[in-house]
Amino acid sequence: MPDTQKPLPATPLNPRRRAIVLGASVGLGAALSKKLIQEGCVVALVARQKDKLDALCSELNQTTGETRALAYVHDVSKYQEAPTLLKNIVAEIGGLDAFIFVAGVNYPPGGMDKYNFENDRKMVEINLIGAMAWLSPVAEMFQNAKTGQIVGIGSVAGDRGRVGNPGYNTSKAGLHTYLEALRNRLTRHGVNVLTVKPGFMKTEMLNAAQGGTPMAIEPEQAANEIYKAMLKRKQTIYTPFFWSYIMMVIRHIPSFIFRKLSF
Amino acid sequence: MRTTFTQLENFGHSLNAHAYVIQPRVVEDIHAAFELAKKEGLTVTARGAGRSYNDAALNGGGIVLDMSAMNLITAWNPATGVVRAEPGATLEMLWQKVEPDGWWPPVVSGTMKTTLGGCLSANIHGKNNFKMGTFGEHVIEFTAILPTGAQVTCSPKVNADLFHAMISGYGMLGIFTSVTLQMKRLHSGLLTVDALPVQNLSRHLSALQDGAPHNDYIVGWLDTFAGGRSLGRGQIHAARYLHEGEDPNPRETMKLKNQILPPYIFGVFPKSLLYQFMKPFANNLGWRMVNIAKYMASLRTHTFRQAHAAFHFLLDYVPNWELSYGRGGLIQYQSFLPKETAETAWTEIIKLSQKRGMPSYLGVTKRHRPDKFLLSHAVDGFSLALDFKVTKSNSKPLSAMLQEFDKVVLENGGRFYFAKNSETTAETAQAFYGEEAVKKFRKLKKRCDPNGLLESDLYRRIFG
Repeated sequence: MPDTQKPLPATPLNPRRRAIVLGASVGLGAALSKKLIQEGCVVALVARQKDKLDALCSELNQTTGETRALAYVHDVSKYQEAPTLLKNIVAEIGGLDAFIFVAGVNYPPGGMDKYNFENDRKMVEINLIGAMAWLSPVAEMFQNAKTGQIVGIGSVAGDRGRVGNPGYNTSKAGLHTYLEALRNRLTRHGVNVLTVKPGFMKTEMLNAAQGGTPMAIEPEQAANEIYKAMLKRKQTIYTPFFWSYIMMVIRHIPSFIFRKLSF
Repeated sequence: MRTTFTQLENFGHSLNAHAYVIQPRVVEDIHAAFELAKKEGLTVTARGAGRSYNDAALNGGGIVLDMSAMNLITAWNPATGVVRAEPGATLEMLWQKVEPDGWWPPVVSGTMKTTLGGCLSANIHGKNNFKMGTFGEHVIEFTAILPTGAQVTCSPKVNADLFHAMISGYGMLGIFTSVTLQMKRLHSGLLTVDALPVQNLSRHLSALQDGAPHNDYIVGWLDTFAGGRSLGRGQIHAARYLHEGEDPNPRETMKLKNQILPPYIFGVFPKSLLYQFMKPFANNLGWRMVNIAKYMASLRTHTFRQAHAAFHFLLDYVPNWELSYGRGGLIQYQSFLPKETAETAWTEIIKLSQKRGMPSYLGVTKRHRPDKFLLSHAVDGFSLALDFKVTKSNSKPLSAMLQEFDKVVLENGGRFYFAKNSETTAETAQAFYGEEAVKKFRKLKKRCDPNGLLESDLYRRIFG
């Protein structure tokens, strides 16, 4: 099956919800794309790494036997490309029902006494400004259409500023706030905005950042939970669920204690 | 140029697509829309009233021209019955303009909300298809803009190839900008209607066939739940125009106030709320009861007089009735079969739908004759339109069943109609249109639209 082929048009009995996954080539993005495609969606997979992306798309299209995954190479930090690419994707997949921002980077400074502005800047540029560059035109579209769903992948790391990784905490906290603001703007127009705060997942990001971690789950499990939350049109979820208890405690640790902790 | 990103639906609320909507007010706006599309690399499709049951007026991710603002009736001659109008004018505007002067559109659909542009694109038919043919046969002339930017005028004599392809072309060749039509003379605001029951499919079809030559209109309702020896039972309504002199006071009966459908039933209850009360019946059991009750009520053979609007626009009798089908909406499956094979094919189709537990809720039959248009749906035979409710759980098995229906219809030399059918595949469509018609159409497409600007979801489904 050639990858360039357009997806089959939707019909009333073969509805195809249309979605864009940004940061789709590996980890959670790949797992989510896979899940959406299994559920019958047509998905535009956007990522930087062309070879990984192409391989994933042809694998997904082969398993379904039709064109449901379309590959688009794009670097999130090239903000000015976003509106045009968005329009092209929407034209090719025939509309847009859901936009999922997964792209993110994590460069821990590597110690409580280390500072690295360049890395911090990269994290904010990708995780936060990259999201804003895409979500602004997407939000405008959905607001006009009075329908749609935005999913942003934040992190449990965005709930508190910790000693270990100030830049990453900031980028994710900013993303949470931005998503909350979008939710407050768009709910009245019938648009759902879902903030996902994953805990540890067995992905390349986690591996590079801190190596093997206990309690880490497979990205497929997170993808299933996120898909369920999308169907229920939830606002904020922790995945896996037990993180909501952990974070409830962490969110309430008073500052005079929290600043003495080492994590 | 103002564009609005909007979610549009089909008539049955069973399909949606997002598009940039532009509402042209003058012909120049259509040119500008084509320019914009070219610049942005998007496709364009025109949308009239959005009354198609399928994807004919949807263009996911592209531009949709909402033609409803170009809706003027620009010329009307009550002496000759010739009317010229913009494509966004609806049948409602048209009949209300011409009827008080003693004229009637020679072909109308079951709803008056359709636009003339839509009527031309789908080349619609009415309950008099066997006698008056399709809508296109009463077009004296139309003008259109092609994606090349060329303005064309077409009539059965001038640009005849384009005339016969753009009418029935589902907007895939160009955008209509005006249409000139011939109306039909009336001698009364009323029709004489005969209502009679038919006990099975064989009698049903022979009643249509034998009744047609003596009547101006004929239509059947088919009880889709009845099986066994009663399969295909229903009721025939056959109507005739009144001759000159039959109506003692034609001026009075032709007055608009005696035609307009009343917005209340029993004088007090607003019809706009009626669909809410139909909701509890929108399931297998409810519609089975409705069908049985309707058949019982139809057993009495009788004759009555009825106003034109009331006879023709049955779909407008309950406003928003399509909403009663709930969240999943509905689809319609209409098949056209030659008179020789119709009985066999529909016996198989109705039996299959009952066996699978997915009966149609409403069946309507008509008598047809072939026409000369390129993408014609008509045959010398009959049509059967079946409404199906769409739900999350039935969509897969229903889809599979309709593919089997398609096979039966194709095997029996039948055709389909793309104002209705939403599931027909490219292979099926091209099989019944025939190689020659498809080739001719593609050639015209290349000539009129070399850059492939005009595309609807329907186009991508059956020609893409």
